[in-house]
Amino acid sequence: MVGSPLNVIGILMALITVAALLIWVERRMLAVWQDRLGPNRLGPLGLLQVVADMIKILSKEDWVPPFADRPIFVLAPTVVMVTALVAFAVVPVAPGIGIIDLSFSLLYFLALASLSVYSLILAGYASNSKYALYGSLRAAAQTLSYEVFMGLSLMGVVMLAGTFDLRAIVEAQREQWFVVPQFLGFLLFLVASVAESHRGPFDLPEAENELVAGFHVEYSGMKFGMFFVGEYIGITLGSAMIVTLFFGGWLGPAWLPPVVWFMLKTLLFILLFILMRGSLPRPRYDQLMAFGWKVLLPLSLLNILVTGGVVLWR
Amino acid sequence: MLQILFYTAALVAVISTVLVITNANAVHALLYLILSLIASAVVFYLMGAYFAALLEIIIYAGAIMVLFLFVVMMLNLGTQTLDQERRWLEPSAWRWPTAMATVLLIEFLYVFLGGGRNPTGHIVTPKEVGITLLGPYVLAVELASMLLLAGLVAAYHLARPEVRR
Repeated sequence: MVGSPLNVIGILMALITVAALLIWVERRMLAVWQDRLGPNRLGPLGLLQVVADMIKILSKEDWVPPFADRPIFVLAPTVVMVTALVAFAVVPVAPGIGIIDLSFSLLYFLALASLSVYSLILAGYASNSKYALYGSLRAAAQTLSYEVFMGLSLMGVVMLAGTFDLRAIVEAQREQWFVVPQFLGFLLFLVASVAESHRGPFDLPEAENELVAGFHVEYSGMKFGMFFVGEYIGITLGSAMIVTLFFGGWLGPAWLPPVVWFMLKTLLFILLFILMRGSLPRPRYDQLMAFGWKVLLPLSLLNILVTGGVVLWR
Repeated sequence: MLQILFYTAALVAVISTVLVITNANAVHALLYLILSLIASAVVFYLMGAYFAALLEIIIYAGAIMVLFLFVVMMLNLGTQTLDQERRWLEPSAWRWPTAMATVLLIEFLYVFLGGGRNPTGHIVTPKEVGITLLGPYVLAVELASMLLLAGLVAAYHLARPEVRR
């Protein structure tokens, strides 16, 4: 049953576990792709590294700089966690598994994705330090620009499925996954969701070699940990949305249960996110903005135009 | 119950809007404004206008207010911000936003846990919004788009690098 307490707690626990494990997965996979070993000492395959990281982060001094805007400083890291977790509520994991079914769940996802940027902006503002402010100004401009066509790139899918309901969108892909007719939309959404989760190559808000750590430079201990985990939940959410919208969600051959299909596909895209971080260089800031507004926005408008024309012609 | 939800959300919207005006700190005022927008989105939701509620969050709270914050943050870093900074540290600046955000959160949880699934009035679908916009209100839409176009042209003109003669 969708929305039963078992479902809610199960999905929450799974999400937190995945986010924690991703710390290890990312380090190991980056190492593999760069011909290194990565953390492999602690426990089987280095899996206990996650626990070690957690103990380290929890035992650090939780320091609020005296010059910071204290309430906002404390509030900022929770925003990214809360918006990402609450947005996951509409992801249709499998038939009968999910937290809530709304008839406008795609819009709900976009609304929460657009609210998550406050975390970065407020963190940078409240830190009251130059690097953090630079980071958050970049974050504001970047997410604002990329959000525009994040929504637009999905309109092709909405037109083909005729609904904003994610569960119905998955059902509409029984014949053919939307990645085939909406390949351009898929690429645009992929770029936009990397930019929205401010991960490499679009990690300009934190750009460790020019802005030290950007918006979270003043954060330590568990507050920093929340940005960290929030980012991983964001990646999981982005991958789950790509799978739901373009790769048929839980649909797949019957020899595996639908949940497993959903998780496997999501894992594949999480690995793609990590591979992109490990292999692509960071663009310059003006290149990023020009690319967004001059290339991706016209392309997404074109995608809407063509898709609309095809839908009307049918 | 729905009436109680409606009036509490409306109250939060009104109080936070008043605080937007009375607050001395620009960034804190903006945070109240964001809260007020989210509260009015809850009001829309309770009236069955799901589409309007979500667009309110996506466009106003998620995009326009980010721009506002962006600009205010850039202006705020002057040399005379020292005494402002002292005021930021007062707990009175954040006690109310937290309390009101909690009220909204409780309402939100209540609605999501099934208490208020059938809001009052008629449920407005995205399709109806589209038909109404491009049907009876097509003139207003065209006028608004002309206004936006004028703004776009003006912004382009203002941002143009100065030509040396």
